[in-house]
Amino acid sequence: MQLTGAQALIKSLEMQGVDVMFGLPGGAILPVYDPILGSSIRHILVRHEQGAGHMAEGYAMVTGRPGVAMVTSGPGATNIVTPLSNAYMDSTPLVVVSGQVSTAAIGTDAFQECDITGVTMGITKHNWLVTRAADIPRVVAEAFHVATTGRPGPVLVDVPKDVSTSTMEWYWPEPEDLDLPGYHPATAPDAQDVAAALTLMGQAERPVLYVGGGVLKSRGAESLRALAERTGFPVVTTLMARGAFPDSHPQCLGMPGMHGNYTAVTAMQRADLLVALGARFDDRVTGRVDAFAPGARVVHVDIDPAELHKVRRADVAIAGDCRIVLDALLDAMDGQSAGQGSDRLAPWWDRIHEWQARFPLYYESADQPPIKPQMVVEELRDRADPGTIVVAGVGQHQMWASQFWRFEDPYTWVNSGGAGTMGFAVPAAIGAKVGRPDRSVWAVDGDGCFQMTAQELVTAAAERIPVKVAILNNAYLGMVRQWQEMFYGERYSEVYLSPDLPDYVKWAEAMGCVGLRAESPEEVGPAIDKANAVDDRPVVVDFRTDAFEKVYPMVPAGAPNDAIVVHPAHERLAR
Amino acid sequence: MTVAFERANAHEPSERGGERHHILTVLVENKAGVLARVAGLFSRRGFNIFSLAVAPTDDERFSRITIVVDVASAPLEQIVQQLDKLVNVVAITELAPADAVQRELLLATVEAEPDARSQVIQLVGVFGGEVLDVGPDRLTVMLAGPPDTLDSFERLLDTYAAVEIQRTGLVALPRLDPGPPGARRRHEPARLGRIGDPRSG
Ligand SMILES: Cc1ncc(C[n+]2csc(CCOP(=O)(O)OP(=O)(O)O)c2C)c(N)n1
Ligand SMILES: [Mg+2]
Repeated sequence: MQLTGAQALIKSLEMQGVDVMFGLPGGAILPVYDPILGSSIRHILVRHEQGAGHMAEGYAMVTGRPGVAMVTSGPGATNIVTPLSNAYMDSTPLVVVSGQVSTAAIGTDAFQECDITGVTMGITKHNWLVTRAADIPRVVAEAFHVATTGRPGPVLVDVPKDVSTSTMEWYWPEPEDLDLPGYHPATAPDAQDVAAALTLMGQAERPVLYVGGGVLKSRGAESLRALAERTGFPVVTTLMARGAFPDSHPQCLGMPGMHGNYTAVTAMQRADLLVALGARFDDRVTGRVDAFAPGARVVHVDIDPAELHKVRRADVAIAGDCRIVLDALLDAMDGQSAGQGSDRLAPWWDRIHEWQARFPLYYESADQPPIKPQMVVEELRDRADPGTIVVAGVGQHQMWASQFWRFEDPYTWVNSGGAGTMGFAVPAAIGAKVGRPDRSVWAVDGDGCFQMTAQELVTAAAERIPVKVAILNNAYLGMVRQWQEMFYGERYSEVYLSPDLPDYVKWAEAMGCVGLRAESPEEVGPAIDKANAVDDRPVVVDFRTDAFEKVYPMVPAGAPNDAIVVHPAHERLAR
Repeated sequence: MTVAFERANAHEPSERGGERHHILTVLVENKAGVLARVAGLFSRRGFNIFSLAVAPTDDERFSRITIVVDVASAPLEQIVQQLDKLVNVVAITELAPADAVQRELLLATVEAEPDARSQVIQLVGVFGGEVLDVGPDRLTVMLAGPPDTLDSFERLLDTYAAVEIQRTGLVALPRLDPGPPGARRRHEPARLGRIGDPRSG
């Protein structure tokens, strides 16, 4: 069967099981948009290519399937650079197809030419410039294989226009036809390493399971729970791992890190053993590295061998898929007597319970305007359908969402961790809702973030994707304001935004959404209930929140975690 | 997949004997842009390179890049693991300088007025080099040898006003009697061209 490169490309995506893709056409990718008309793949037309990328990420994060986006050459391709970088930092499987000028024009500064494989080399797991139509099915298969196996990540396939218009004889490659002689992701652990890890775990008196996003990527939440309950070890879940272990579980200490809660941070600092599972000792978790968990031995499990010993030397380093390693640990433990060590850990748990009692997450509530932002998150949480997916932007509101939501299930939390990309929430929420139409999806967004990508609500309205957006409108680039207040002597430079410019309700309505506003605490609940009742279009709620509220606890940047700053009310108590 | 490293501390600057130089021979796919991927990795992760030489191999699908890395800029193990993540990198062999046969080529054009000419020719002879080209008042000479021999030769040539010196960067192969075990490590998948086979370790 003779196909054009464009037809072969769409057919290859179908062969990969792609059901939806996000994109926006243009000159160099035009040939590929033609066969979309007859394809089973749903194409969602975005208003800005950054939206397409973040939608594909949101879709991937809640489904576990790779997100797919398609853009044209030049500016279309550069507009999706931020999502690629974001997905690279957070190990999200993403396949981006970009148009390119014809092969003969490459290198001549042709109209809308951009060396996008060069630009994205450092922020993709791999990328390809396709030079022959006959290569398309194989390259697409390679791209999906690389994006989804090992440590997942984004890939880009750049397709020159003449490659999509020329013809090829259709084939679909077998796994052995893939031309990847240098690609062999680690999976199964070494039995000796597993035994060594168990030995350390059996000796520990102050252990912590330090759970990162890799546990979710490996679909390892159940195995994690089994190991946690088997060992009785406390569990912290990083910003990328919220939901990997239920917040309501008595062994869950919550989130560690710069804005983690006191107990999670301090338990890691005082631990004699950290079992890091799919976590990478990010600086936002460790604080000053040489003062991080000084007395702890480390078992480090990661599918990416380059993460082992990168930041912190591990005593036992295991390269492998988290779920497989967790299961191997459980299997090996079956040979040992059950309930081991519960007495041994009792003093440790006593200390942990004491920290929890003294330093719970806290804010001073108010029954007058302005609304406390934390209260909005609590009300959203308490009024949400079970299984609701929460998506956050980047800033104070993101930290409050992570702190005050109660995560019970995996894949219910979508946020931009490693890159901290403002503007992530609205498009990622749309992608999440497309991937899980059966779930309610709430974006908790900042006023600054919202203004970066709000136009995608037009996409959502047009495509009838009923996401809900809560803007914690503090009229500021709040997180930056907080740093200027705390570390720059209250010198506020370029952080004020205004509460009512733009008018978020009118803007929402202009984009085909329901627009609501809550200005005082008693309006919060009713506004949320109203929003929850809408299911045929997107809803935006403008919550007028307290601009002076700060995120606590906080470990100042570059400081040791022991320098954690708790809420002033706790400090008063401590004195 | 993982390489066993015996070093206790990842941030110790070198493998043994305090050497900052370490040799990696990297087998890569012979495809467009692969050198840029390798060079880009080194620059964005702040790994320093002393020298780099690229050449085809007897198998046209692959090229070999010989990199002399500065293990003071990053732990060798981190450099190797990051390199190994590049999809086009097929195999990495590490060579401690003491366990490798190393050669580099130097070409130099030197001022050599008739009265100095015989001294230069003599010097080249002592080192076992060759005179490649002769002009009215200049000579172009070459020397192949281990890098430190080239260093001494270069210093001596400088006393005769070297006009231009070019060096290729070194290439290396393991010594046939590699000394104690663990000195050389081959970092290579068990099979080539296959996907999806769960490999342990
Ligand atoms: C694209 C981008 N630009 C700048 C920043 C730096 N930054 C981090 S948080 C923040 C403020 C975010 O403001 P807003 O969305 O209103 O959230 P808030 O902190 O007020 O809750 C800024 C500017 C960033 N993370 N991303
Ligand atoms: Mg704000």
